[in-house]
Amino acid sequence: MLSKKNKEVLLNPLSKDNPVLVQILGICSTLAVTVSMEPAVVMGIAVIAVLAFSNVIISLIRSTIPTSIRIIVQLVVVAALVIIVQQFLMAYNYEVSKQLSVFIGLIITNCILMGRLEAFALNNRPWPSFLDGIGNGLGYTIILVIVAFFRELLGSGTVFGFQVIPQWCYDHGYENNGLMILPPMALITVACIIWVHRARNTELQEN
Amino acid sequence: MNKNSNIYQIVYAAVMVLLVGMALAFVYMALKPKQDVNIANDKRSQILSALHIVAPSEEQIPATYDKYVTRDLLIDREGNIIDSTENVAFEVEMSKNIKLSDDNRQYPVLECTMDDGSKKYVIPIYGAGLWGPIWGYVAVNADGRTIYGADFSHASETPGLGARITEESFQQQFVDKNMFVDNDFKSVSVMKKGQKPTNGSEYVDAISGATITSRGVSTMMENCLAAYEPFFKKLQDSSL
Repeated sequence: MLSKKNKEVLLNPLSKDNPVLVQILGICSTLAVTVSMEPAVVMGIAVIAVLAFSNVIISLIRSTIPTSIRIIVQLVVVAALVIIVQQFLMAYNYEVSKQLSVFIGLIITNCILMGRLEAFALNNRPWPSFLDGIGNGLGYTIILVIVAFFRELLGSGTVFGFQVIPQWCYDHGYENNGLMILPPMALITVACIIWVHRARNTELQEN
Repeated sequence: MNKNSNIYQIVYAAVMVLLVGMALAFVYMALKPKQDVNIANDKRSQILSALHIVAPSEEQIPATYDKYVTRDLLIDREGNIIDSTENVAFEVEMSKNIKLSDDNRQYPVLECTMDDGSKKYVIPIYGAGLWGPIWGYVAVNADGRTIYGADFSHASETPGLGARITEESFQQQFVDKNMFVDNDFKSVSVMKKGQKPTNGSEYVDAISGATITSRGVSTMMENCLAAYEPFFKKLQDSSL
């Protein structure tokens, strides 16, 4: 089931080949949905699901796809999957679908999806492709959650909507940093994470 | 077979789109009845939320709604009741209704009876946020002046910014605000911290970082509720 190679496919994207930190994919949604923890986690789960299944489907039909229209084929598969997921959510879990509504479009345009389909699923068998989807989705989710944690904590004083910074801090003049909830700070937070990550993984540093 | 021949590509694309289209149509048709029920229940729970009522469970939303919302009204621009058949106000689709000219529009009101016997009037409102439509329900006290509660929803506002109009802390600000200054309807404005509305109306704090959505709520309140001024005045004179 999990040969050494498959393990690498699953685990590499978590750190050494992380889609956000190393491949620099999916930055746009990282900026958009990390104001607080909850949407970040929901978005992460949705991306993992769509990425894994679209990887499998593309991998299954990879030998039939004409090269010159492969991007269109990938887009159709991704868009169809996202719509089906959304329809099922609307029928069986309306609350979550209301939270997800705006992310659906973001998932279709998420560069990680196209990136992985192009770079991996088109040349690999379904099972490794599935693991690659799960791995990259997880790697993306981890970064989303880390960024969202700092932005929500410093920007709103809460984590998952629960007040973390005690009232006496505010009484003594502490203020939430309004800048943290604006998009530029997401970029700076991601940059700081990349900085720390590169400092710890010297082999990733470019000259 | 030559995978790069034009015929192969065209046939491949056509078959793929046909299959995907059929699959999507099938999923949509199969799930539609369930979705419609969810959408109607969601609307009911928004109306209840404007009245500060939460149904004990999802299954009990229709029953709870029927218990509190006692009468559906359509009024005209003079504030007279023109229709009060069952569900007539509930079924008004605000997204279409709002586009009609003032004379052709319908003005729905939901009359609600609370546990203590007091009457509240819930008015649906509809407007534009930053990325898409926003809508809500405003519950007005029987005095025809003050707001009892408000509930806002949105289609696609930015999560964590504009989407926060759905949060309790924002909606709670509207409670007990007076829409009238002396005897003129002024609505309730949404203002940036430290600013005051120029028309002297009462106001609530906007959401930081979501200026356009906040302004959208303010405009929506004013535009939609202004048409009900005669109705509010009738409530004030208790001549309804």
